[in-house]
Amino acid sequence: MLKLARNILPAFVAGLAGAWLAIAMWPVTTDAQGYRPPRLADGHPDLNGIWQAMNEANYDIQMHAARPALALRDGPYGPVPDAPVLALGAVGAVPPGVGVVDGELPYRPEALKTKQENQRQWLSRDPEIKCYLPGVPRATYMPYPFQILQSSSQLMIAYQYAGAIRDIHLKNPGAAPVDSWMGQSVAKWEGDTLVVDVTGLNDSTWFDRAGNFHSDALHVVERYTRTSADVITYEATIEDPNVFTRPWKMTMPLYRRQERNAQLMDFKCVEFVEELMYGQLRKKPLGTKN
Amino acid sequence: MKHRWIVVTMMSGLVLALSIAEPIPVAGQGAKPYSPKRMADGHPDLQGTYDLATLTPLERPAGMKAVLTREEVAKLERAVKTQVDEGAKPISGERAAPPQGGDGSAGAAGNVGGYNTFWLDPGSTFTVVNGEIRTSIIVDPPDGRIPQMTPAARQRIAARLLAGAGQPNNDRGLETAPGAYDDPERRPLGERCLLGFGSTAGPPALPNYFYNNLHKIVQTPTTILILNEMVHDARVVRMNAEHLPKHIRKWMGDSVGRWEGDTLVVDTTNFNADQIRYAVQAAPGRGLFMVESLGAKPQDRLQGPSQDLHVIERFTRVADNALLYRFTVEDPGTWVAPFTGEFTWPATNEQIFEYACHEANYALENILRGARQRDATAK
Repeated sequence: MLKLARNILPAFVAGLAGAWLAIAMWPVTTDAQGYRPPRLADGHPDLNGIWQAMNEANYDIQMHAARPALALRDGPYGPVPDAPVLALGAVGAVPPGVGVVDGELPYRPEALKTKQENQRQWLSRDPEIKCYLPGVPRATYMPYPFQILQSSSQLMIAYQYAGAIRDIHLKNPGAAPVDSWMGQSVAKWEGDTLVVDVTGLNDSTWFDRAGNFHSDALHVVERYTRTSADVITYEATIEDPNVFTRPWKMTMPLYRRQERNAQLMDFKCVEFVEELMYGQLRKKPLGTKN
Repeated sequence: MKHRWIVVTMMSGLVLALSIAEPIPVAGQGAKPYSPKRMADGHPDLQGTYDLATLTPLERPAGMKAVLTREEVAKLERAVKTQVDEGAKPISGERAAPPQGGDGSAGAAGNVGGYNTFWLDPGSTFTVVNGEIRTSIIVDPPDGRIPQMTPAARQRIAARLLAGAGQPNNDRGLETAPGAYDDPERRPLGERCLLGFGSTAGPPALPNYFYNNLHKIVQTPTTILILNEMVHDARVVRMNAEHLPKHIRKWMGDSVGRWEGDTLVVDTTNFNADQIRYAVQAAPGRGLFMVESLGAKPQDRLQGPSQDLHVIERFTRVADNALLYRFTVEDPGTWVAPFTGEFTWPATNEQIFEYACHEANYALENILRGARQRDATAK
């Protein structure tokens, strides 16, 4: 009961609808069951390390069966891979996933149409294809490691994908002066859980490769809880009244990379998309044949 | 206490420029040695946000002494301030277009009218190290100049330029370099949003002499992160680790760290071959305002290092609001001797904003598109 009370901080509850409350009171089934994490000198759990999600959420945050490809076209007996991704064969197939959300996403009717259109137009619309910054929460479950750097006075998350960075404030600097791709993050501790409030996000990032999207009204509250030596339980509550009828939540474990020499390596994909984005502007375009 | 800040929207990113002059206690002058605040592991706490902007150029301008007096520096700083204030005045809306081909100035954006000084942050003070007001960041060799290049390096760079594989500079007559606009890969790394432009990315981490000089350090016992605001270039320093194998090349190199007493030593090798090429036009010898106010010629001699480039950086906390940053560059295949520089990193309370460059890089696309248009017209 005490834990629940701590979870429902007045600041979060203030002015929010009953649905919000219901989310906040969702039983935290994955919370530390007696696990006592190692701590920094300031007494807070130590989240330092190189972590990675091990799931299919970046393909589709919802439960989904395998599909032939992310870009599909109608074949005589059902969908087949669309021409631009055909050559990838099985490598281009979508692996099945149990999902990181419960059931359907509460899209507004017109927003659901946009989501479906996004999925059909995936090749031209998914910001990941152009190596754009991934936004929050997508950065967390892209198929790349990320590193949490935590001291008593600083908190930063460095993502391997696109060299994305989140400088997380421990003191609230006030409203974000302008929207950005990775948003403005402000952290506080609720017991042993790091709660990161993310605002100031722009409308240009997605949740996954399945066209799930949001507007610039997006507000994300992330919860990082160490639940064993090598696991952080991650939750993100998503609120975006322009796109969804109520807040909803995703949950997943994040695993510590176990390699003896685990480290972030370079994945500055900007250079890898130049041919896609600017190839047609070469003096001698390479053409479609090789 | 002067405190000026400007927010610039550039592409879709936010560039925060500021100049700040806080008195920094001088180490070594007091009776007691400075004792830094320490982390739980006993090492000094190097964390903070630092503003690298300084008027002190990388290389000492010809004819200048190494250390200035307070009176001399006050005069120079006033002259720069006058120049900055003058250049920041609003521009009349009725002014004529700049002359075709630019006005001949050495300013930004190809001499056809880029930012005025309101938008820039070249620094407002000279760096002070050990109580000395310095006229160059380079302190070894003692003449404050980058050592001569080896004949082999000169040949290598000349051949590279002839082959059209590198550009001396983005802003000065580049259109005459063969093939400079043929392919995206031929454009400077800054223009491609791969790294911060000019001398920002490093290592060595140098003042930009233009704007966007903020750096941030986050420190843990096993990893230290050095973030450049520009293009969110983050260098992750693995403590007490070994370098990656030679064939793994990284943007900004592969950095490993160790403590020598109270000094953090960061050793960097394995630079990306493209970054090495980029250094040909990084040319951190210039100080935008130094060039004009002190009559120094831009120097392009920190250029064209080889794949054996080796940079050793030393970070020491010298005051609650300052670090001393010292670096040595070694590359026997390029320079006849190693060279060492140092300057003070003053702490700032300013906030680092997201610098999303690639996400709205209309410049690269339009530069290439313009070149193709020119090709079509020329036919």
